[in-house]
Amino acid sequence: MIYLELFLTFLKIGAFTFGGGYAMLPLIQAEVIAHGWMQQEAIIDFIAVSESTPGPFAVNMATYIGSETGGIFGSVCATIGVVLPSFVIILIVAKCFEKFKQNKVVKGCMSGLKPAVVGLIGSAVITVAATVFVPSGFSFNIFTNISFYVSLVIFALSLVAAFKKVHPIIIISLSAVAGILCGYLV
Amino acid sequence: MLYAACAVGFCMRGFMRKLFELFAVFFRIGAFTFGGGYAMIPLIQKETVENKKWITDDDILEIVAIAESTPGPIAINAATFVGYKVAGFWGAFFATIGMVVPSFAIILLISYVLRRFNNIKAVQYAFNGIRAGVLALLIKALFTMYKKVGKNALSYIVMAFAFVFTAIVKIKIIYVIILCAVFGLVVSYIAERRSAK
Repeated sequence: MIYLELFLTFLKIGAFTFGGGYAMLPLIQAEVIAHGWMQQEAIIDFIAVSESTPGPFAVNMATYIGSETGGIFGSVCATIGVVLPSFVIILIVAKCFEKFKQNKVVKGCMSGLKPAVVGLIGSAVITVAATVFVPSGFSFNIFTNISFYVSLVIFALSLVAAFKKVHPIIIISLSAVAGILCGYLV
Repeated sequence: MLYAACAVGFCMRGFMRKLFELFAVFFRIGAFTFGGGYAMIPLIQKETVENKKWITDDDILEIVAIAESTPGPIAINAATFVGYKVAGFWGAFFATIGMVVPSFAIILLISYVLRRFNNIKAVQYAFNGIRAGVLALLIKALFTMYKKVGKNALSYIVMAFAFVFTAIVKIKIIYVIILCAVFGLVVSYIAERRSAK
């Protein structure tokens, strides 16, 4: 039953990611690819879509994957799944916030979770890099492949722009234009 | 009797109005912030503290602290928390729905559009370029998060552990997350015992 599966998978993603935003990416990648719901390329494309549309990344992702695999009802199930854990937990925390804030167990866990998220995103970056530069697996042929160099140049320019605090939407738009130009010219 | 009924009715109307306002405010925030999470905090502050005076600046700091140490998207955490403070459970419910509905509707629309245009050559070329751009954005995000992590031995060990065991050993991510939380808990417990002595 795809609806239940979507709901439970996104419930898990919502319950186990701390820090929001891209902290969810590693788990989404792992779950979605394990279920065969989407290819690595499609996930990366969707990150761009999510950056260029309003709203939280996790909700966007859940809606999109739900809709791709189970239509409108699928997207409702996935979105409720990803939202439900935070909703319930915040309701509980809001009632006893002072205790929660001073809680040594929470503090201790967070001291391990924060760096863990950095490590996890690091590993997600590696898989994304592999998809961008060596989409059909590594071999020495790629160095003779022009699209490898095109990607490299777009990546390098985008990286400089990102650290110069250019807005993500501008970076994505320019990368798209560069991709179209190179696609037709090269 | 009649007075009591009127009073109850009046309160209900005020309550309903508050619920609707919560929905409307978070709908607006959900519809106009790109990037999600921390990008939303300034907007939430402006709407709920300055305009509506529902909560205070201290509450906003609390919300950020809570959102960081509970699972789930920060935007959802913040909407639920503010909604609860203003009007209890139903406040939390309507604020959260308001936050979710805009992105839900927009993405649903986009997923249909993407499916129709995915076969066009220009769209495929565009995404070839976009993927390289996204990689750069991810690295920037990684760097920003790295700067926020405490610079101590525990952090470096956990970072290395999480990276190696997901990228190379390929253990299930959930186990890595649980292990890192337990490890942080044990280390901070030992550190406390030591400083107590």
